[in-house]
Amino acid sequence: MKLVLKKTASLIITLFIVSLLAFLAFQIIPGDPTTKILGTHASAEKAARLREQLGLDRPVLVRYWEWLVSFLRGDFGTSYNYLRPVGSLLADKLPVTVLLTVFSFALTAAVSIPLGIASGSTRSRLLDHLAVILDQIVMAVPPLFFGIIACYVFGIVLRWFMPGNYISISESVTGCMAYLFLPALSLALPRIAMTVRMLRGSIREELTKNYVLTAQSRGLSRGKILLRHVFRNAMIPVVTFLAVSAAEIMTGTIIIEQVFTIPGIGRLLVSSIGNRDFPVVQAIVVLLAAWIMIVNFAADMLNHWMDPRLRDEV
Amino acid sequence: MKQSKYGKKRNGYLLTGGILSCLVTALIVCGFFRTPYSTTAMNAKEKMQPPSWQHLFGTDNFGRDVFSRVMEGAGTSFLIAVMVVVIGCTAGVLIGSLCGYFGGMADLILMRICDTITAFPAILLALVIISIAGSGVTNIILALGILFIPSFARVVRTQYAGIRDLNYIKAARLEGIGTPRILYAHILPNTLPILVPAMTIGFNNAVLAEASMSFLGIGIQPPKASLGSMLKDSQNYLTSAPWYALGTGFMIVLLILAFSLLSEGIQQSAKDA
Repeated sequence: MKLVLKKTASLIITLFIVSLLAFLAFQIIPGDPTTKILGTHASAEKAARLREQLGLDRPVLVRYWEWLVSFLRGDFGTSYNYLRPVGSLLADKLPVTVLLTVFSFALTAAVSIPLGIASGSTRSRLLDHLAVILDQIVMAVPPLFFGIIACYVFGIVLRWFMPGNYISISESVTGCMAYLFLPALSLALPRIAMTVRMLRGSIREELTKNYVLTAQSRGLSRGKILLRHVFRNAMIPVVTFLAVSAAEIMTGTIIIEQVFTIPGIGRLLVSSIGNRDFPVVQAIVVLLAAWIMIVNFAADMLNHWMDPRLRDEV
Repeated sequence: MKQSKYGKKRNGYLLTGGILSCLVTALIVCGFFRTPYSTTAMNAKEKMQPPSWQHLFGTDNFGRDVFSRVMEGAGTSFLIAVMVVVIGCTAGVLIGSLCGYFGGMADLILMRICDTITAFPAILLALVIISIAGSGVTNIILALGILFIPSFARVVRTQYAGIRDLNYIKAARLEGIGTPRILYAHILPNTLPILVPAMTIGFNNAVLAEASMSFLGIGIQPPKASLGSMLKDSQNYLTSAPWYALGTGFMIVLLILAFSLLSEGIQQSAKDA
């Protein structure tokens, strides 16, 4: 309980620093949002009026405080570029990215755990070598490149889908899932390889421990030893790793959305940075950072819950 | 591991990794001095030629030889990644060692800052730094280098915090050996089994980060060849010139694979020794 409180306090402090940094960073970037909206030929008077209207004429810290308060209330400001509330923009784009992240994460977990257990507990040398080699290669293929290969092979050669022709979930649920499958897989593959490798190493290490010997001497079958004793211990570091993966997959969508032209927050983020649309960028940065920290926090908690040995250390 | 004739364990990683790394390094070093074709001169007659003996990876939409450009791009990526790891690792070791060894308030604050930096998507921070400082190889190296410090600092800190209370360190302290010497001559070598893999991962991540940045248009600017921006370009010609994307991507995979295998091999032989 004490640990939860301590971790929660540090989570809140870090979130606060992140929001401050996110806000300040976009104050230092050169480039005036008013010229972006009005064009370079606008009169100084007009620009000044717009600055006042957008609240850009007041001190930075005052603006930060107001921004933070309204942010916490769920009001993310108004986009300079679309002249729409950032909240409604995000409401359009966020579900797509979340769907992609969840899909990719589900793929990672569903594929890597059985594969990891299989490659960790197999006694066949050949299979083990094959798994290790495959692992190394898959880990070296960046999602960006795998995405492009997938576009080429499945989009252009086989014509199974149209790259760039995103099908939204309101149009067709199966169509949307089918379109998101390849991006999700591109993001998941390196993660799968890493998780398999980790689980394999973890199982191998547990197998050398004394409790396995004890169990063997008690006459337990190998299957039972693996299932009841080894996997439980071996899964602990892997669960933490998977949780952290959820955060990294979310960040990875920024790139993969560009490759497959998926209208999620990644594309919105990149175009907003180009347009100097700071309210949008700030909102996305803070949301992404918050997501990463909350996931890490959850991973920590999960770790403590799964591994009673850690509880004594508090 | 199979025993070979000479009683030494065979190390497939070291062998494959060594060969691939030599190959990649040779290509890169060659590319610094000379490439088969000019990497910037355009040639309208040779537009989008498929791979042949003249153009190993074909040519792009401007008639430039993809292989030559890949050589140059790999060189840039390699240089950036190495410099990023050097900056990140040096600063990370410095911060991590002091934090881990001494602990206290400064340790707490610095680690909180590290947490904050890692909470931002790296790409995003790099984007912000580049928008302020302007693009260019030096700025990319600096931006990524700074971003990579926390991961090294954390790994090193954990090691130092674990080792500082061991008996051999206490003995060294009693003997009156100076703190810097204890930190970097007594403890540092024992962190290497963790630090070397961290450096390889850092290298891979730096290659990926540079490629991603250039892909998004905030990294190396054309006409200078970069694997990321070439991938971005090649996506437009996927139908007419698929070799462009495949050749470029192949080089990224090779670059990452070669050095990961090498590091894996080194770790294995260190374990066996």
